[in-house]
Amino acid sequence: MLIQLKDIRKVYRIGDMEVPVLKGISLEIEQGEYVALMGESGSGKSTLMNILGCLDRPTDGEYLFEGKDISRATNDERAMLRNQKIGFVFQNFNLLPRTTALDNVIMPLTYTASGLSAKEQRERGRAMLEKVGLKERMKHHPSQLSGGQQQRVAIARALINNPPVLFADEPTGNLDSQTSIEVMNMFTELNRKEKITIILVTHSQEIADCAKRVIRLSDGMIQS
Amino acid sequence: MRFFTTFLLAFRALRRNPTRSLLTTLGIVIGIAAVIAMTEIGKGSSNSIARSISQMGAGNVLIMPSHTNKGGVSSGSGSAMTLTPDDYKAIVRECSSVGVAAPIVSARVQVVAGNKNWNPWNIHGSTPDYVKVQNFGMPTEGSLFTEEDVQTSNTVCLIGTTVRRELFGEGVSPIGEEIRIGKVNFRVVGVLPSKGANMMGFDQDDVILAPWTTLRYRVTGNRTSTTSSSGNSDISTGDLYPSTGAAFYPEKSETQVKDSLLAPRFTSIDQIMVQAVSPDLVQEATEEITQLLRERHKLRPAAENDFRIRSFSEMANTLQNTSKVMTNLLLCIAMISLIVGGVGIMNIMLVSVTERTREIGLRMAVGARSRDILRQFLVEATVLCLFGGIIGILLGRGGAFLVSRIMQWPTESSPGAIAAAVATSAIVGIVFGFYPAWKASRLDPIEALRYE
Repeated sequence: MLIQLKDIRKVYRIGDMEVPVLKGISLEIEQGEYVALMGESGSGKSTLMNILGCLDRPTDGEYLFEGKDISRATNDERAMLRNQKIGFVFQNFNLLPRTTALDNVIMPLTYTASGLSAKEQRERGRAMLEKVGLKERMKHHPSQLSGGQQQRVAIARALINNPPVLFADEPTGNLDSQTSIEVMNMFTELNRKEKITIILVTHSQEIADCAKRVIRLSDGMIQS
Repeated sequence: MRFFTTFLLAFRALRRNPTRSLLTTLGIVIGIAAVIAMTEIGKGSSNSIARSISQMGAGNVLIMPSHTNKGGVSSGSGSAMTLTPDDYKAIVRECSSVGVAAPIVSARVQVVAGNKNWNPWNIHGSTPDYVKVQNFGMPTEGSLFTEEDVQTSNTVCLIGTTVRRELFGEGVSPIGEEIRIGKVNFRVVGVLPSKGANMMGFDQDDVILAPWTTLRYRVTGNRTSTTSSSGNSDISTGDLYPSTGAAFYPEKSETQVKDSLLAPRFTSIDQIMVQAVSPDLVQEATEEITQLLRERHKLRPAAENDFRIRSFSEMANTLQNTSKVMTNLLLCIAMISLIVGGVGIMNIMLVSVTERTREIGLRMAVGARSRDILRQFLVEATVLCLFGGIIGILLGRGGAFLVSRIMQWPTESSPGAIAAAVATSAIVGIVFGFYPAWKASRLDPIEALRYE
C-alpha cells in the first residue's frame, strides 16, 4: 500500500471564520496506480493534492505513506520525503529561468543527502533528459524551449530521484492539444513501463480518460 | 563538498542577473575601496609625519646631572658633576633600546677668525655620533672629525652655517681655516648642514662641534662642583687614563676631607644625548638608563637620582594620539560606508526574494528544507559582498597607487586592512543578508508556488 488516507479533514481559518475544505476523505492508492483527481474549482482537489504531496498538513486525520504516518512529521522530515519519494509536475512548469535544462533537472539533487559528485549528478541528469527525449536540448534555457519541451524537462526533474509516485497538477493546462497528447503519452509510458504511481489533478475529462482510475471530488468529499 | 555546491549555486543565481548584482554590490565596492585607499594613504602620511617628528627629536632623551644642594642653597640643574664618560659608554653598551648616544660638553666663549668674532649659541664637544643623535646629516663641506680625534684631543671642529656666515661670509670656504675658540686655535674640518630653527625658535645652525676631549681639557677645563670653587679648581685631574698608579696628592685625612668640601674629582661631561631605537621606545630607554645610572652611581633605593632625564615624550604622545585619531576617523568612515552598502544589499536581496518566490516554492517542493533556503540566500548575499569587497580592494589599491604616482603622496600597503576588508564585507553580507534569507526560508511552499 503506497498511500492511505483515513478521514482527512482540512479547515482553513480566515479571520474568525473557519472554512472547511476537506470534510473527511478516506482513500487508498496502490503502488503502480494511475489516478486522476477531478472536481470543480473549489471542490478541494488542490488542497487534497497538497496534502498528498506532503506540502500541507491535514487539520485532522491520518496519512500513511508507505505505511508510515506522516501527518504529524516535522517540516524537515516532509522535505526529505518530497525529495526522495515524490515528484512534482506543475501546470506552469516552474523551471528556473536562465538556467540550462540540465541544471534544472539536477536541481533537486542539491537537496539530496546521498552526496553524489557533480559529475555523477550531471550523468544522471543527462540520462533523465534522454529518457524524455531532450538529449539535444541539454544546454538550452527554458526560454529557448517550447511549452511541451519545458514540461518534459519538468518531468525529468520530477523523476531525477526515482520516486515511486509522481504528482501532476494540471500538467497540460498550458499546452496545446498536440503537445498535451505527447505529455500524456509520456505519463502512460512511465506508469506502464516503470510502474510509477501517477496522480494527476485535472478538470478535463479527456485527460482523466487516460487514467485507470478517476476520483471525483465535490465540496470536500469523494463522490466516486 | 556540500558547502561548495551552495557556493556554486549562489554564484549561478547571481550570474543570472549580472547587471543587478554589480549595481547591488556597488555600495560595498565603494565602501571597501574608500577604506583601502584611505588606509594606504593615511598610513603612508602618518608614517611620514612620524618620521619628521622623530627628526625633530621625538626619540631623543637628554640626561643631565642633577642640581647640587649644599647648606640649603640649591644651584640650578646641571650644576652637579655626576655624569662621566664611562656613564656614556655604559649606556651605549648596555641599554638595548638606545640607538645612538653622544656625550656633550658645552662651552660659551668668544670665537675669533681673522678680524671677525662671534659668540655661538652652542659650542658642543662630542663624538662623531653627535650628528646622528641631533639628526644633522653628514657635513655638506669637508668631513666629520673621527674617534681618533676624540681620543687624541685634536684641535679640529665643525661649524654650523650661521657661524660660517658670521666668521667667514658667504662664498669663502672655511675648510682648513683656523679659528680661535677661547684661547685655543682649532682647524675647521667641515660645515654642518643647515637645520634651521628648532621647535623653541633657537637657531640650530649657530653651533660649533669639536671633540669633547679637546673642549673639556683645553677650552673649558674640568669644571668642578660650584660649591668647591674655593678649592683648587684650576687643576684638572681627568681620568682619561684611569689606571695611573701613583696619586697626585697624599691621601687626605677624614678631617681634611670634611674641611675642604672638595668634591671627588673625575672627568665630567655636561649632558648625554640619547636617541632611542624608535620614538615608541623612549619610555623604555628612559627606564633602562635610570636603572643603569642608579646602579653605576651606587645610589641607595631611597636616594634621589643624581641625574635628570628629559625626554620628548610629549611629542611622542602627540604623535601617537594623532595617528590614533586618524585611525578612528577612518574606521568611522568605513563603518558608515559599509552600513550604507549593507542596507543596499539588504534592499536588493529583499527584492530578489520577492521576485524569486516561485523559485523558493519550487525548491521547497523538491525537498529543500527551510535551512537550505536560508543558507542559499545568506551565501548569495555573502558572495555578493565578498565579490564587492575584492573589487573594492583592487579599486582602492589602484586609487592609492594613482595618488602616490600622480600627487607624490607617500602611501603604504596594509595587509591588515585588506584582511579586515575581506572579513568586513563577509560580515556585512551575513548581517544584512540574514533578514531577507530568513524571510525566504519562512515562506509557505504552497503559497510560494502559487505566487504570480
